[in-house]
Amino acid sequence: MNLINTFFNLKVFLESLPQLLWGLVVTLEIGIVSIVAGLIGGLILAVARLYSPTFIKVLIRSYIDVFRSIPLLVLLIVVYYALPFVGIRLSPFLSAVTALSLVSAAYTAEIFRAGIEAIPHGQFEASAALGLSNRHTMVDVILPQAIRIVIPPLTNNCINVLKDTALASVVAMPDLLKQATQAQALAANPTPLIGAAVIYILLLWPMVAVVSRLEKHFSRGKR
Amino acid sequence: MTAQTKNIISVRGLVKAYGTFTVLHGIDLDIAEGEVVCVIGPSGSGKSTLIRCINHLEAFSPESTITVDGIRVQQGAALAKVRAEVGMVFQSFNLFPHMTVLKNVMLAPMRVRQTPEADAARKARELLARVGISEQAEKYPGQLSGGQQQRVAIARALAMEPRVLLFDEPTSALDPEMVGEVLDVMRHLAGTGVTMVVVTHEMGFARQVADRVIFMDGGKLIEMGTPTEIFDNPREERTRSFLRAVLNH
Ligand SMILES: Nc1ncnc2c1ncn2[C@@H]1O[C@H](COP(=O)(O)OP(=O)(O)OP(=O)(O)O)[C@@H](O)[C@H]1O
Ligand SMILES: [Mg+2]
Repeated sequence: MNLINTFFNLKVFLESLPQLLWGLVVTLEIGIVSIVAGLIGGLILAVARLYSPTFIKVLIRSYIDVFRSIPLLVLLIVVYYALPFVGIRLSPFLSAVTALSLVSAAYTAEIFRAGIEAIPHGQFEASAALGLSNRHTMVDVILPQAIRIVIPPLTNNCINVLKDTALASVVAMPDLLKQATQAQALAANPTPLIGAAVIYILLLWPMVAVVSRLEKHFSRGKR
Repeated sequence: MTAQTKNIISVRGLVKAYGTFTVLHGIDLDIAEGEVVCVIGPSGSGKSTLIRCINHLEAFSPESTITVDGIRVQQGAALAKVRAEVGMVFQSFNLFPHMTVLKNVMLAPMRVRQTPEADAARKARELLARVGISEQAEKYPGQLSGGQQQRVAIARALAMEPRVLLFDEPTSALDPEMVGEVLDVMRHLAGTGVTMVVVTHEMGFARQVADRVIFMDGGKLIEMGTPTEIFDNPREERTRSFLRAVLNH
């Protein structure tokens, strides 16, 4: 069958598999570093926005809006191709991680804000009345309750970050997609691309399923 | 109250406004150490706002002054000291739902007073026994009845060994059959020397337990006196009509 030989060529697939798996490792590296950086950045932004003076609040608000508006591909290209003109030269890996983290932090900050706002005001008041500091109020009282609420949207955001790592291939990062296109060129056969697509799906399908389950669980459980 | 008893709470010219809407119109009030004061008045008269200013849950006009045990109540480092001395019990309990009852009571002493965990736990169990819920220590608030939750909330406030306890309608959210158990705990507390300021609609409790009753209306302190003075012999017409309305229904 011609079609099978073209798109599902076992020999080409097996030859390109090591290369694809290396690509997967790079994809995971970019993804995980960006997710962690985005989580930390987002949490800091969300909490700072709660307790800062108005001026800082406005800055944080603007940051969040700007980085949720800019297309990731545009940001990545700006970071990689434009910043060198002002002397900031980031490696492809750092460029990808920077762009992904900046955007992910903006989304994560919004997710945490919504989670914190969903906690009844009485919890803040009871904490204040007991004399707990802002830090203890957050760490001991608010965040442990907010985490239940934010886990589904945070998981969703992780999925998006992992998907968006594919954009790193445009700054010559040897991620899964880049390896697949190179293998395809080498073998003159698109099977490696199909292989990459399947690997992306295998990686993300379980997370998508988990989000659905969590969302169902939480919407049934509370309120 | 004898003359030499010192005032633990002192409120001077308390003005509180939400935007252009003034809720408290210059309240002056002194409360002596160990005194039990009940605050009564119609809905919206500013009772909650008044006691929430005492621990600065509500910010108030900077020209007003409130002092607790000589410390000025205002935003800043001293506020933590005030709040450590002033416990509060809310109408809606506001227990921490993700912690066991025991942990609810242990948290503030451990975090604010740096009490070692074992001591905090021992103290918490003592307090839970005092409010009659030792068997529930390992349960979560959601597993308790309203009356039990409110008693946990009282134990949680007591864990900080406060000199002052503020109650904002502590029995208003309870089913009628649970009101008594909470009032009993409060009645017992009143005998321990802690200063209590209680916003309440429980006139029987106020009459029986209060050293002094304050009647508020329209953001003003209309009348105050002993329970006998207020309930049997109110001077102000507004007090009389309020009491007529609540006692007759
Ligand atoms: N956050 C707020 N913003 C605007 N107005 C408020 C706010 N909180 C309270 N008020 C107003 O302040 C007034 C006093 O409210 P407060 O809650 O102190 O009354 P209360 O005597 O405790 O009444 P209740 O018996 O119903 O609890 C009311 O008119 C209320 O509408
Ligand atoms: Mg009230």
